[in-house]
Parts: sequence; C-alpha cells; structure tokens
Amino acid sequence: MNLTEKEQEMLAGKAGPAVKWAMEHQVQVGRMFDAEDMVTVSQAHMMADPESLGESGVQFAEKMAKDGARVCIPMITDPRGVDLACYEPLGQTEQMADLERRFIAACQTMGIMMTNTCINYQTIMPPVFGDHVAFGDTGVVIYSNSVCGARSNFEGGPSALAAGLTGRTPRYGLHLDEKRQATKRYVVSSNPQDLMEWGVLGATIGRMAGSYWEVPVIEGIEEAPTSDQLKHFGAAMASYGSTPLFHIVGITPECRRLTDVGGETLNSTSVTGEMLDALKQPFTAIGDPLDVVVFAAPQLSLIEMAELANLCDGRKRAETTDVIVCTSAQVYSDAVSMGYVKQIENFGGRVLVGTCFYQQYAREIGEANGWTRLLSNSAKIVNILGGYGYQPALGTMQACVASAEKGVILS
Amino acid sequence: MTIKLTCHAGIGPKVEGIALVADDNFSARYDLDRIKGVFSRPQHKLFGQSYKDVILVLNTAKGGVATAWMLYEMTSRLVAPKAILLNQANTILVQGAALANMAMVDRFDEGDVTKLIETGDHLVVDPQAGQVDVNSLNR
Repeated sequence: MNLTEKEQEMLAGKAGPAVKWAMEHQVQVGRMFDAEDMVTVSQAHMMADPESLGESGVQFAEKMAKDGARVCIPMITDPRGVDLACYEPLGQTEQMADLERRFIAACQTMGIMMTNTCINYQTIMPPVFGDHVAFGDTGVVIYSNSVCGARSNFEGGPSALAAGLTGRTPRYGLHLDEKRQATKRYVVSSNPQDLMEWGVLGATIGRMAGSYWEVPVIEGIEEAPTSDQLKHFGAAMASYGSTPLFHIVGITPECRRLTDVGGETLNSTSVTGEMLDALKQPFTAIGDPLDVVVFAAPQLSLIEMAELANLCDGRKRAETTDVIVCTSAQVYSDAVSMGYVKQIENFGGRVLVGTCFYQQYAREIGEANGWTRLLSNSAKIVNILGGYGYQPALGTMQACVASAEKGVILS
Repeated sequence: MTIKLTCHAGIGPKVEGIALVADDNFSARYDLDRIKGVFSRPQHKLFGQSYKDVILVLNTAKGGVATAWMLYEMTSRLVAPKAILLNQANTILVQGAALANMAMVDRFDEGDVTKLIETGDHLVVDPQAGQVDVNSLNR
C-alpha cells in the first residue's frame, strides 16, 4: 500500500503503540483487499457488545486505553449489551454488567461518545453524499451507503476503532466508484406498506444477492419510502445477504436512472409474491403460545415508538407473554416526554435504552426467562435468533401487539 | 495424493489441520454456540458439529459485524477453528482474522473451494504464499 509520510510514522509507532496497532491492522486488512492507499474518514461507529467482546475483547480495549489510545475523529457506538438501569429483571448477571461497565470506561478514556445506537443516521449526524466514513453495524452501513450516498465498508469493532485512532481506513470495496455499480437487478411488482413487509422484501433480495460483493439495483418502487421503511428494508437485506449497498431506481441518490449504476446491462429477476411468502413461511406459527414479543433490530425511531404506543393504548399484554422494546437514549427522552413510554409500560411492555435484544446475551436471557417462542416485526432479528435457541416468528407491529394481548400468535 | 491450490494472499500464520467443509455461509453470531464450540443454527449444514481446531471451508460470510470481535474471543479461549477458507471473504471476517491472528484465505484460482476440498482432508494452509496443500485419502 502507498502510505503517506504521516501514515508511515503511525506505522513506525511515532504516534504511540495504540496508533501503531491501528495502522498495522489497517494495512493487513487493506492488503488482503488490494487497497492501494488509505482514505480519510469523517466519523467512526463501533459495534462492541460484551457478548461479542468477551473478557479478551474488554481487556484489549482496556489495554488500548492504557496505551494512550485517543480517537482523532468523532466516534460513536452501536447498542450496548446491558442496559445498566435494567439488567437483573432480564436475567443478566452482575458479571455481564461488570464487563459492560469496564468496556464503557475504556471507551470513555479513548474519547469515544457512548451514543449506543444503531439508528445514528436518524438521531445523531447522518453522513452526507460522498462522505467517507468507517461505520459498524450492517444496518447502519447499508442505510448510510444506499440512502445517504455515503461510503463505508462493514467495519467490525476492531477496524472501526482503528479508523477512529488513525482518522482513515483502507481504500477498498465501497470506497471505490467501481464497487458501487449494480451487479444484480431485481424488479418488484407490488410495493410493501408495513415495516415487516419492507423487511421481508429486503431479506428476499439479500438472500438472492447472497454476497458482500453484490450490489442489487431495484426497480418498481413507485413512491419514496419513509426512513423507517428503508431502515427495515436495508437491515434485513444486510442480515440475509451480508449486503452493504443497494440502489432503488429514482429513489436513492446514486441511481436517478438505471443507467447511473450500470443496471441496464444486467438481466432482471422478478421478486414475486411467492418468493416473499417463502421467506416468511419458516417464521409462521399461528396458534402457538407466545413467550415474548420483541421490537428491536433496528432500535425504534420516535415515529415507531408513537405507532407502537398508539397500538398499546388501553390494552394489556397477557401475563404469560413479555414485551421488550429497544430504542436509543436519544429517542427515549422524547418518547418519555410525549407519553409513549408510559403507554407502552401500561400495556406491560419494558422499554430498554441503548441496547438491542439480539446483542444482549440473547441465549442467556432466553434461558433465564423461559423464552423460546418469540414474535417480532423485524425480519432481521428472526433471522439471527434461531442460532440462539429461539423459535422466532414474524408478524406486523399490529399483529405483535394483538398476539401479546392474547398470549398466542394470531397471524 | 497432494493437490496444491492457489488463492489470494491471506492473513495469519501457516497452519495445518483437518478440513470441515460445507457449501454454506458463515457468521459467528448467527451460526455458533461459542461456549460449546459447535454450530448451533439448525438450518446450517454443519449443525451440531464441532468447529474447534478444524479448518473450516465455507462459501462466504453472512450477516453482521460481530464476527470481527468473536473470532478474537473464540481464539482467546482456545475454542476456535485453526483457519477459515472461503470462496470469498467479506470485510468482517478478514478484520476478525487480523485481530485474532487466525489464518484466512479466499479467492481460489481452481474454482469453488467447497468442492475442491472434502471433510476429513488434511490441509496445510500458507496465507502469505496464497497456497493450500490438500492431502486426501479418498482421491
């Protein structure tokens, strides 16, 4: 890789051991992807929940902080694994909470802002068109690339930290124009309405695309979707396909016309109703007793909180069905002042702040609470939780609330 | 009989071990019970099998970013594969391998690596040279 004088000094350790590690890590990754040089980035966003980190990951962060690591660009964080104001009721242990506390302390020493959110593009500072960033969380990356027109690869926690310390990242993948051209072309015949349906459409396309290096371009979306609809669409696509970028003709900023992304040369595939039904089928369990309903993945926006609160108003969940809602601290404070949190709590729901369900030791809290049959409107979360011992099912937000009220899955 | 496969130069140390192969994708979060060291996702083709100390041979990555930390965590507890061979890695797997100092290579000249290698084959993986030696009793 061609490194500037400053980058060579970082690599030689002149900026300290933490920056030396960061540059070594970035060069190693950059070489594997044939990066020619580095590109400066304006922000970094790090995914690092304690279940993923474990003791060794926390020790790594603590050593970095002790070695003088200090971020040189704005750096924020993905959801935490433990809501320190509410972990015992979930069955999380003091050991889990301690791991979380130690990691937060290390991050704060490094100058990282503990925003704890996967919807930073809705609540903190969305990247702008052409902005090179180093974002973690696949949902954040696919939204930032596709909807904002920013440029980021999936940056796992270690690489996001490295970018925060050096202010740059290797220039490969989606930092390059040619890697942003469409490689797969899909035609949608009916436009989804509900958030769950948007997730199912994204999941179906992601599963067909099937690789980080494929870029779907989608035709047939007639009206501009909302931010929340594209959030669920992208998060599910990234979950099923490891897909970091999509284009929607006439909607997303790099694709005013199909030819803008080279789509006219590609054979098109129709996304049929049968395909969408096939994706949903494994997540259908009408009539089954319901242990827990989860609204998360991604965290809920203020608009989703309002919709959920409205559905919960004047109703009560079944005693046998728990309801978990995950949102960010930024949304939570507004949702409290608007009365949404109170309405959800009156229904019997528990609103967690700065966490996301699947990042919260999902296996352990499932075992502690006897949760197996889970219902969510997130196509992303039902894809993840099968490996954690759950039997996940998928329903609209309306169906989730109604099912929680009855204690069985209604539709 | 030894077959030499050529791939893109990768990450991590030279290692040898026994292959565990599937035409399937990989995420440490989605697919593994990392405490027990087994594939725990019922839909995965390696469901129920141990990944400890084997060389995983898979297609590509799936899902999210957690694998970047998880490979390091798994390695620190010595409940980890020795290496991962893929048709095409994504950024997360490579970043995780770099932190964990785990051998990882991809992009094989000879074609689909999940077809070129069988479960039980003895492999010598040299990431820096971009080479994998396959010793098979069945061929």
